[in-house]
Amino acid sequence: MRGFLVALSLLIGFGATAAETPKRGGVLTFLIPADGGPSLDGHKEGTYAVLHAMAPFYSTLVRVNPDNPTSTTDFVCDLCTGMPVPTDNGLTFTFKIRQGVKFHDGTPLDARDVSASWRRIVFPQPGVASARRNNFLMVDKIEDPDATTVIFRLKFPTLSFFPALADPWNFIYSHRILEKDQHYFERNVLGSGPFKFDKYEIGQSVTGVRNPDYYHPGQPYLDGFHAIFAPKQQTRVDAIRADRAAMEFRSMSPSARDQLVKELGDKVTVQESDWNCGNVLTPNHKRKPFDDVRVRKALYLAIDQWRGAEALSKIAIIRTVGGIVYPGSPLAATRDELTKLPGFSPDIEKSRAEARRLLKEAGAEGLSFEMLNRNVDQPYVIVGTWLVDEFRKIGVTVTQKIIPTGPWLEAMRAGDFSVALEANCQNIVNPIADTGRYLPHEHYSDNFAYHDDPKQVEIYNKMVREIDPAKARVLMREYEKQVLEVGAHQQPVTWWYRILPIRSYVKGWKITSSHYLNQDLANIWLDK
Amino acid sequence: MLQYVLKRVLLTIPTLIGAAALVFLLMRLIPGDICLVRLGGGGASFDPKALASCHTEIGVDRPVIVQFLEFMWGAVRLDFGTSMWSGKPVIVEIAARLPISLEIAIMATVVAVALAIPLGTISALKQGTWLDVAVRVFAIGGIATPSFWLGIVSVLLVLDLTNWIGGKPWMPPIDYVPLWQDPIHNLSMAMLPALTVGYRYAAVTMRMTRSTMLEVMKEDYIRTARAKGLINKLIINRHALKNALLPIVTLIGIEFAFLIGGLVVTEQVFNLNGVGRLFVQAVQNQDYTLTQALVMLTVTVFVFTNLAVDLLYAWLDPRIRFN
Repeated sequence: MRGFLVALSLLIGFGATAAETPKRGGVLTFLIPADGGPSLDGHKEGTYAVLHAMAPFYSTLVRVNPDNPTSTTDFVCDLCTGMPVPTDNGLTFTFKIRQGVKFHDGTPLDARDVSASWRRIVFPQPGVASARRNNFLMVDKIEDPDATTVIFRLKFPTLSFFPALADPWNFIYSHRILEKDQHYFERNVLGSGPFKFDKYEIGQSVTGVRNPDYYHPGQPYLDGFHAIFAPKQQTRVDAIRADRAAMEFRSMSPSARDQLVKELGDKVTVQESDWNCGNVLTPNHKRKPFDDVRVRKALYLAIDQWRGAEALSKIAIIRTVGGIVYPGSPLAATRDELTKLPGFSPDIEKSRAEARRLLKEAGAEGLSFEMLNRNVDQPYVIVGTWLVDEFRKIGVTVTQKIIPTGPWLEAMRAGDFSVALEANCQNIVNPIADTGRYLPHEHYSDNFAYHDDPKQVEIYNKMVREIDPAKARVLMREYEKQVLEVGAHQQPVTWWYRILPIRSYVKGWKITSSHYLNQDLANIWLDK
Repeated sequence: MLQYVLKRVLLTIPTLIGAAALVFLLMRLIPGDICLVRLGGGGASFDPKALASCHTEIGVDRPVIVQFLEFMWGAVRLDFGTSMWSGKPVIVEIAARLPISLEIAIMATVVAVALAIPLGTISALKQGTWLDVAVRVFAIGGIATPSFWLGIVSVLLVLDLTNWIGGKPWMPPIDYVPLWQDPIHNLSMAMLPALTVGYRYAAVTMRMTRSTMLEVMKEDYIRTARAKGLINKLIINRHALKNALLPIVTLIGIEFAFLIGGLVVTEQVFNLNGVGRLFVQAVQNQDYTLTQALVMLTVTVFVFTNLAVDLLYAWLDPRIRFN
């Protein structure tokens, strides 16, 4: 019944959005489920606390289509005037830049600002941190031959370039300021986005006001926004209930959604979506007995992903079973393809019998180990607790070591663990770049399985350079099989699910596959 | 007296140096890395060069002894550097949070004093009566109830009550505005946390008032005052309560010092951007400089509160200064 109500409210929400004419005015108050972020520099930081607060002030070159944000392939221009057709065998992308765009201080924005910002992201100067620089290893040069043209020249053609361009962190900064001070934007805000920076109350809130010179006609609809940092979920639920805030943009738990729907009825609309985040079970291949592929495979075979995901979705922000690719992507495995891989068979009894056999064969019967986990309830601790019980069903005894984020990351980087439950959380759906995280540690420093697999690297390198989507899909299946079956290096364990209860007067915004996307607030309006 | 004061003041110096050294070393013993939390806490991948760049920028790649000497030299000059998380001066980070923490501490103290002293006195004077029992139950309830639970329940209660009465749920604001800018907004926000914290604070103080009053009422000078025919009101106000207040004042001072940085959970429940929440945030983020500064702030407040109490005692009780 509850599911029906949510679905109904979803339909009502989308239906209303499609049919109504946006109204102008009003201030959107929303919550950022975090304490204040670190610096204000989008090129440097990686937490949504920064993105949710800063994205409304900045423009990007291209972006996910705000009117079709659930699509994983629909990218549109923000500062460019038309999506370029690659030339030179897919090695050259030429963008024409909008004319008449101004930064909020009144100075004009042109191609030099775009290229200077992109050079800072792709080729940062010594002492300048660029968090997502790795995503642009294919870029050879960035040029601005005139005030309206920016050219990206690649070292090799690849399908992963365009989604990486649309990453929402790629803010466009003023080249005049960057020339003087590369660190200016860590402490100051000056963009050309839909909202002008008003004030930042340290650790408490960020306020923006409408940019009257915004270049997308008619937008933004709001007079301004007020973002309040509120790390505790109960506070956020109470605040939405009392209309102290209209929404948040990360996710709430199913219980919070149910509480708000029950208490607010039609005053709240729920938007839900698969999330480009998932948990990953990572055995440390350097530790015995996890150096044995049979032991690793046995662990994966013990997990009933299908029934588990369904049951856990009632209490945790997870829902969809998937392989190494985000389930909404054209490159993702279909259900048929998935069920052929170990650990994804619907016949769990058969899988567990096979798991017991493998353990016996490997001499690892009665195995016990400690599983490293992060002290975040939703969904790490919940998923971890479920996994402990799944392993028990094949006679494996597991204890969870639940520790804060810092020590958790440190332990994985130091290789000081047997099995870890980690997360794979990406900004934009870019399957080829995103699945790079499964490469061996020496090729991808954030892979903590510490395995070695030249064949896997070979397939990946082929896939990165493949520009035919159909062929890339075939290579992705081969790569996935190598990761999950041949090597059994790591195992994805359920994908997360975004749940956003939103005050019904908030219109125009559509949920996306990531809490990093569609955050400039330009298309939001208030029906009050 | 001067020698005593001098001795007590000089003792604070090694205490503060010891605390500074201890907090520096303890922070380094915790496994983890602020740059990892900053870049990888969200689960997304990041460039290893960005990690190295972050280490260099915040200075954690230097030898520990260099960091220690820099911290100690800074502490002597009251310069705790910049927050490793936000890059802002630590003093700015703390100054942004201090007003709300201070306001809640003052309001909670007012609530506590206004409740504790009259009720504690009545309870002592009416020992064994139903009134005494009622006050004691009220006090024990305050001590036994965790402030965070009371906070959550009080917000829910306000939401439900306002919804029931006016058909629209209301809760206190969740963003701070200074008192002089918008008194109604400010007081609406501070009222509930001050009451919930003040209740526990009052309960502790009430128990102390009752015990000390009971003790004082059995003293010889009270019997003498009664024998002299003084009226009860004068005996209580001028002789009993005045003497009973000594340990109560001490307790109030120490509780007040605790409230400045110790409202960790309450500040989270009410979304108060105070020093307690900053403390949790700094520890979670492994922001060494900010945590060190906050610990030093707390230690300093406690050291000086204790110093003030010691001096007050010496002034009030000649036996202490002459010994």
